[in-house]
Amino acid sequence: MSARFAPGDRVRVREWFPPGHIRTPYYVRGKRGEIERICGRFNNPERLAYGRADDPKVLYRVRFAQTEVWGRAERPSDTIDIEIYEHWLEPDK
Amino acid sequence: MSDDHDHPHHPEHHLPSSYHEKLTAAVIELLAEKNVLPSEKVTAAIDIMDSRGPNLGAKVVARAWVDPEFKKRLSADGTKACAELGIDVGSLKLVVVENTPQAHNVIVCTLCSCYPKMLLGIPPAWYKSKAYRSRTAREPRKVLHEFGLHVNDGVAVRVHDSTADMRYLVLPMRPSGTEGWSEDKLAELVTRDSMIGVAQANEPIAI
Repeated sequence: MSARFAPGDRVRVREWFPPGHIRTPYYVRGKRGEIERICGRFNNPERLAYGRADDPKVLYRVRFAQTEVWGRAERPSDTIDIEIYEHWLEPDK
Repeated sequence: MSDDHDHPHHPEHHLPSSYHEKLTAAVIELLAEKNVLPSEKVTAAIDIMDSRGPNLGAKVVARAWVDPEFKKRLSADGTKACAELGIDVGSLKLVVVENTPQAHNVIVCTLCSCYPKMLLGIPPAWYKSKAYRSRTAREPRKVLHEFGLHVNDGVAVRVHDSTADMRYLVLPMRPSGTEGWSEDKLAELVTRDSMIGVAQANEPIAI
């Protein structure tokens, strides 16, 4: 399994709005976070939704600060972890 | 509470009203009529689902409380560690997140209502509600407070949005005053809500 990112890497979720069955929530698109762990390789749900189990992708858990996601947070310490497929992530330079 | 909403699968009590309920009823009828899937099998599958409760999850938590090596394996690979206890979580990948004095974890699925049914049984209705799903991502402390759980300022709240192929289980903190307790007795303190992260495990006085 060759994963593009490693735990601790800073990433940004693509600001991308394709139609179809998407497992990347709207609220994190364009947001910056850090790879928490690599979950493994799973069939891309965007194709699986149409019966095509032919496009495995690396799945990551990405940790975001609540302040980054919402522009505010109940406490600055608070985070939200979300599973995101590799093709939705780009390096955060 | 009326049975109508708790048991939408009993057609005699509930006339399908929404598009998806009608579609489900039609597909079940068709499968039975064509002898693809007899209705007894559908009923049996529903019974198995209904019979599952949070007891398996509680067993996993109690083992982690008494066995630090098991806890390490559980944090590294939840699916594999459950297999050690003879619990098959199926094809789902289990991520176990541990509560500590520094961090409190809470689980939500904002896109639908993903839930570790194999360990916790059928999810409660509130877990699937739009209010819980949208508010927990945005204002977890307020939501937890409404559940009666106050998280201190010095403790980070970690929300886990179960969006894809993982399922989550919170490992609550072991209550004090339980030193020397057996695993079975400890498991009685572990509630469903404490494994979702909207409560702590029960205090020993509760049982």
